[in-house]
Amino acid sequence: MSQLGAIVTHRNGAHALPRSSKNKKTIQTGFEAPETHMRRYSAFAIAREAARYHSGWERAWASPQPKKKYDVIIVGAGGHGLATAYYLGKNFGITNVAVLEKGWLGGGNTGRNTTIIRSNYLQDASAAIYEKARSLYETMSQDLNYNVMFSPRGLIMLAQTEHEVRGYQRTAHANALQGVATEFITPQKVKDLVPIINISGPRYPVLGGLWQQRGGTARHDAVAWGYARACSDMGMDIIQQCEVTGVRRDGGKVVGVDTSRGAIDCDKLGIVVAGHSGVLADMAGFRLPLESLALQALVSEPIKPCIDVVVMANTVHGYMSQSDKGELVIGGGTDGFNNYTQRGSFHHIEETVRALVETFPMISRLKMLRQWGGIVDMTGDRSPILSKTPVEGIFVNCGWGTGGFKAIPGSGWAMAELMAKGHSPLAEEFGLNRFKEGRFIDESVAAGVAH
Amino acid sequence: MLILHCPYCGVDAEETELHAGGEAHLKRFGPHSSDEDFETYLFARENPKGVHFERWRHANGCGKWFHAARCTATLEVFGTYSAQVTTPPQAIRDAITAKRPGWSWRDVQ
Repeated sequence: MSQLGAIVTHRNGAHALPRSSKNKKTIQTGFEAPETHMRRYSAFAIAREAARYHSGWERAWASPQPKKKYDVIIVGAGGHGLATAYYLGKNFGITNVAVLEKGWLGGGNTGRNTTIIRSNYLQDASAAIYEKARSLYETMSQDLNYNVMFSPRGLIMLAQTEHEVRGYQRTAHANALQGVATEFITPQKVKDLVPIINISGPRYPVLGGLWQQRGGTARHDAVAWGYARACSDMGMDIIQQCEVTGVRRDGGKVVGVDTSRGAIDCDKLGIVVAGHSGVLADMAGFRLPLESLALQALVSEPIKPCIDVVVMANTVHGYMSQSDKGELVIGGGTDGFNNYTQRGSFHHIEETVRALVETFPMISRLKMLRQWGGIVDMTGDRSPILSKTPVEGIFVNCGWGTGGFKAIPGSGWAMAELMAKGHSPLAEEFGLNRFKEGRFIDESVAAGVAH
Repeated sequence: MLILHCPYCGVDAEETELHAGGEAHLKRFGPHSSDEDFETYLFARENPKGVHFERWRHANGCGKWFHAARCTATLEVFGTYSAQVTTPPQAIRDAITAKRPGWSWRDVQ
């Protein structure tokens, strides 16, 4: 599998690029902060450490005590929050930033998704931000000097009804106009790409597929870790086990947050907390058009390489790819009811596995190793919210629902611009006012896709 | 597995028999209402982490809609009640208060 070879080549950041001069600030934290910058990961670093029993590796990010005040506080050290902080520093030079996390960084949906990256959306606004994200994934390992194992192995969304065929042909045409490289392929091409697939049914034969050759997967934890390391290197404070318990306002403007580690002041506050967005909004005194639902995923026991693309089957409701460890990574749909427990209903696992067994008969004897849930925040039109809020200085980045991981870099890029400049072309269509004005970005109905 | 007692046919229905119908006791706004009211009716939801009231349908059973009171943080069920009411009945409120003193949901306590 060629992409595995590519990953090995990229591992440990063999592609050294010159450091951006913007990154050259010392870390200003109180907690054993190194005087100098993080050491770069490289092939040379491996050799150096090998020669001294790997005693010289340093912590990837600092664990500082919170300061009294920051220019910007981001709540939520998941992928989106850390990416927001990273691009605030990298694109706008704003580095007096704290990222607050009630658990551990990357421990929410960033570490719970099925790592799929694609940008084959129907609506222009979606295609723009998801394609921005996908293109940033292409160079992320080099940009962050951290191997995120981006694997553009290709992604197929199966068309299994006549309606889906028409829908995906329409999407392929829309993507051509948007500059997103996708094509509608025949069942035979699907079979050539995925020899283990059963294209003849039993319930829904494969009638074609929407193929995005540069779609794929990445190592989800590494995305959070890479951003965290780069943020820490810019002098930002990533404060874990620090739960926000209240938002302090002075009139209509935010002045800070109360946390489990004391009050912290800020000029601007970014709420980037996925499933708990509604809880934070409630603290700040406004409401969001969101509902929090459980979404589950599971992995099989590891087996030899058998599928080197990502396959999504939205009619029967399941999707699958193979991780570098050999596990089949499987996901399906959300539960139908509000839930904050990070565990979902058993019958959804059954439904997902049933769909995939009929699509890939050879997996029927596989054991499933692990199963877990995450809490996703769903909007009415199934598109995200990147927006100012009724409280001056508070910005929200939420509503990514079941499809947030693929968007992380684009989301952070747009959110940082929104917070720094007050507007962002990428985020413009995703404002809260779209619900009142009826400007929905209706991916769920128009494209008929799961994320 | 979520199990809800159907107040109409009396069956303890498990989740696969049921269809979730979203937040309960919404006030409906239609033509000639203000933009704010219409937006609120369509999109604004309580989405609480805690006590919540929902509509459910006993789809693979008697087919009737009913209401349920649940905790979204623990998945505990406080009780189910008739669909023919616009606010939770006192018995349900008391059952919740016994387990979650000080709870509130919209202006219901």
